[in-house]
Amino acid sequence: MNIQKQSNSAANSVNYCLRSSLFIAAALGSFALSSAAIAAPTLAGTDIENIASASYDTPNGPVTIDSNRVVIKVDELLDVTVTSSNPGDVTTAPGSTTNVLTYLVTNTGNGNEAFTLTANVALAGDDFDPTLQQIVLDTNGNGVYDAGVDTVYVAGSNNPVIAPEASLTVFILSSTPATVVNGNRAEVGLIAAAVTGTGAPGTAFAGAGEGGGNAVVGTTGADATDSAFLAVQAATLALVKSAVITDPFGGDRPVPGATITYRLVASVTGSGSISNVVISDPVPASTAYTAGSITLETSALTDAADTDGGSYNGTQIRAVVGTVPAGQSRTVTFKVTIQ
Amino acid sequence: MIKLFASLLSAFGMILAPGVAFAANQLQLSSDVFVEKQKQRADGSVATILEEPNLVTPGDKLVFVVKYKNNGAAPAEKFVLTNPLPKAVAFNGTSDGLEVVSIDDGKTWGFLSNLRRQEVDGKSRPALMSDVTHIRWNLNRPIAAGSEGKLIFRGIVR
Repeated sequence: MNIQKQSNSAANSVNYCLRSSLFIAAALGSFALSSAAIAAPTLAGTDIENIASASYDTPNGPVTIDSNRVVIKVDELLDVTVTSSNPGDVTTAPGSTTNVLTYLVTNTGNGNEAFTLTANVALAGDDFDPTLQQIVLDTNGNGVYDAGVDTVYVAGSNNPVIAPEASLTVFILSSTPATVVNGNRAEVGLIAAAVTGTGAPGTAFAGAGEGGGNAVVGTTGADATDSAFLAVQAATLALVKSAVITDPFGGDRPVPGATITYRLVASVTGSGSISNVVISDPVPASTAYTAGSITLETSALTDAADTDGGSYNGTQIRAVVGTVPAGQSRTVTFKVTIQ
Repeated sequence: MIKLFASLLSAFGMILAPGVAFAANQLQLSSDVFVEKQKQRADGSVATILEEPNLVTPGDKLVFVVKYKNNGAAPAEKFVLTNPLPKAVAFNGTSDGLEVVSIDDGKTWGFLSNLRRQEVDGKSRPALMSDVTHIRWNLNRPIAAGSEGKLIFRGIVR
């Protein structure tokens, strides 16, 4: 323990410490285990004060002494992360507006820090570029975009201040061009950058830290970005009509008394679904509708305008089909007799 | 062990009966803090250097150096050095491994490996470096007049 020839220089301390590097390695190992228990980093501006004291016996009695007080101020670490909170692609449609993409911005530094937010809708490598409408801050903290409730972000005027270890949900609202087609994807990035400064890790801003210390850029560079995706789900509805004639003589000639069975097939292609599909067809002139002949898939529908969705109003048949997912079809049939 | 207890007892005695003024100048104690930084050399290898703590952020490794020197004419017996750990610093070992520590603000002392931390649920677990609140060295030999030395411990900014 005794170092007889001691110098006051820091260089001496370095040598001393390097000699004990093996022990240091072991100590770091056990620290890693305990670090999980440490909740939040020390706040910027906190003073670390150290005073050692010693006691010893002299011929005149016991003595206690204190060392000088060393105070160092904890500087502000500028760090931030951005993550997309969307479980997957957010669906959109050609021409649709207010597509909501959700991101989480987390201050991983140790001081209250303001961040600028930038949306990048023009990233390369995707199929289309949506048009940025707004960046919105989740002011009420419920994680869901509430139009008219959450605050619209205006760069420079309401840069959000995020506490250390705290997160803020941010929404990017965009619109989709009308020209996109089914399956197109768009990458949209959110960039958050510390207002105090960004740069290579270790870049310092003298006196700019919270609490009067310096600010220093952490491992994240004090700016971060993450991407979320819009995917176009465009569904197309096609209606195909066909007819089968059955004449009274067992043939298929269109003679008076022959029955025509019309078959209307609504097919949805693309992705997504089409809702509120209604199929209607006027009964042709010179034919008479066969009462109670409307079917949807395998079910018969009544002619009355009631809950089953099928009806005949004297001039046309109507069948309420509802929502048809892409890749499926619905078939409606009805019969008429040639007059 | 008996010697250790004797030192501890005298240390507690000290707190009750502060030292006499004329003797206070006999032994000098000084405290220094350095921060350990990694610097990349030109060849790409990484050097660990100690710097003045001009820039300190959470996660930084600190090196505390406590120097003592006996300026008096008489030897200092039963020298006990105590360093309460700043709250914002997690203990990260000493260079000699001879220290005893406290995890309860100086009420009880022991080697870290022998201490157990009581959890809220009544269970206990082995104490961790991050539990340490105080560090103490009991030097079981006199510090001769004119002689000096230093004690070094490390910490990590929480």
